[in-house]
Amino acid sequence: MTKDKELQLKLFAAKCRRWIIEGVYCAQSGHPGGSLSCTDILTYLYNEALEVTPENADDPARNRFVLSKGHCAPALYSVLGLRGFFDIGEMRKLRHIDSFLQGHPCMSEVKGVDMSTGSLGQGISAATGMAINSKYLDKTGYKVYTVLGDGEMQEGEVWEALMSGAHYRLDNFCAILDNNGLQIDGKVDSVMSLGDIEAKVRAFGYETRVIDGHSFEEIESAVTDFKNNAGSGKPFFIIAHTHKGCGVSFMEDNAGWHGKAPNAEEYRIATDELDSAIRALEV
Amino acid sequence: MGDMATREGYGKALVEFGADSRIVVMDADLSGSTKTGDFRKVYPDRFFDMGIAEGNMVATAAGIATCGKIVFCSSFAMFASERACEQVRNSVCYTNLDVKICATHAGLTVGEDGATHQCLEDMAIMRSIPNIRVVCPADCASTRLAIKAAIDNHGPFYIRLGRSKVPAIYGDDTEFVLGRANQLRDGKDLTIIACGIMVSAALKACDILSGKGISARVLDMHTIKPLDKDAVARAAAQTGLIVTAEEHSVNGGLGGAVCEAVCESSSPCRVIRAGVNDRFGKSGTPDALLNEYGLTAEALADRCEKELNASR
Repeated sequence: MTKDKELQLKLFAAKCRRWIIEGVYCAQSGHPGGSLSCTDILTYLYNEALEVTPENADDPARNRFVLSKGHCAPALYSVLGLRGFFDIGEMRKLRHIDSFLQGHPCMSEVKGVDMSTGSLGQGISAATGMAINSKYLDKTGYKVYTVLGDGEMQEGEVWEALMSGAHYRLDNFCAILDNNGLQIDGKVDSVMSLGDIEAKVRAFGYETRVIDGHSFEEIESAVTDFKNNAGSGKPFFIIAHTHKGCGVSFMEDNAGWHGKAPNAEEYRIATDELDSAIRALEV
Repeated sequence: MGDMATREGYGKALVEFGADSRIVVMDADLSGSTKTGDFRKVYPDRFFDMGIAEGNMVATAAGIATCGKIVFCSSFAMFASERACEQVRNSVCYTNLDVKICATHAGLTVGEDGATHQCLEDMAIMRSIPNIRVVCPADCASTRLAIKAAIDNHGPFYIRLGRSKVPAIYGDDTEFVLGRANQLRDGKDLTIIACGIMVSAALKACDILSGKGISARVLDMHTIKPLDKDAVARAAAQTGLIVTAEEHSVNGGLGGAVCEAVCESSSPCRVIRAGVNDRFGKSGTPDALLNEYGLTAEALADRCEKELNASR
């Protein structure tokens, strides 16, 4: 990856984080922690991998994305807004009574949202459905990406979906785990340990990669491997190690920021940090 | 069509309409029982067995439906409606996608398998969810038309089908309008409103009552949602007593829906709900179960006569 491209992606991600904080602050509710941990992954997918724009968002042969951890809607909305799917200023009305930006992604309200999600475990199933359609029905070969939370992997349906993804040899399907290690009640390992996720997913028949989910170079390398995986008959699973709350010092690696809005003082600190990050990248 | 279970009518309808390449069928390891296997034989490329994982099946169906397909999803009613309930609500109904849940082996007449497999709450649960239409056809001819209606009308459907053979009521030229009751007999003393296998019992009950000088109207309320409120209001105003009959809990299903409509009508009347009275099922032959739970034509006629006398 060129330095230039990396800088561009970092700048996009920093702006995205700024809008996540703006949206959650204005709503005085929402999920900043996980939104900030998956920001870089979504930034990469929408800028480099999906090739989806407002113009081709209804093309049956487009690539698909499903945010299975639907509570991180602020990250998805920020990315879509910055990519021109709607006026990014709408983020200030996130979760408001007259806004189309629902608390969890709603496909009938927001252009660019491929599936309504929010109830954990269902998004990955829907994503495998889209991949089945690509591989066996339309046969257009489009690819389907989904982002899961690690807490979400405690849902039995995730494992059902992984099972059917392998059974149907969905080599056009890529699940990315936002592995920040925290959930509402604390550390994933103390709430309900998932054990060796990579070994489990490999045992299910997946090709796996383990990366730093905040390194665009590593995200690109894994996604490129996935794209080259076509024809293998194996679905792809990327374990992205991330930090909850990444980009805002006091939110980082803190389960308390799973589903809490900043107060005025916290908002000021967070936006100061993000604004200076943006300024530094713009130079 | 002669006497056949509605699930058999479903399998035949899938094959009949299956040339439409938008149609995709999924099952959860019960394709022989639900009769989706009929479709599988003819259109194997558009059939997906999802194994014993109903929640995943329904949400996967939703994903396929986002791509412009019409997805029929089958399992036993118990698992299609209650195991996968939240997937039906959030992935299918909230999104208003073209997924048709065709649930077989509903009600007591599953028989010997007993309570864990006898779904008696599905219509109540499904009809409380926005966007979904709930249909419980009485025989194979009407099942065929219900499947046709599900294909022709965009959005979620829950179609409730049975395991056991039921008498043919309709000819192939019968009319089926979604949300409109079929009046099978006219009468002035009371109205029996039935769905599913209880429609043929209602017709027999009507004959028994007729022999006693009681004139009963019989409505086949094949669509539980949207309910034909006008037909219910007319029955209330014109016959003054309604008896509902369903192979389902008396709570929240056809009886519950009719009560709601009657209460909101301009001339309310008494409504008696024949069904399973807040109990679980049990093992037994279908006929023995219908007898034990008071869902035979004779029991229905007795109940109608008693309630009519009490009203007079």
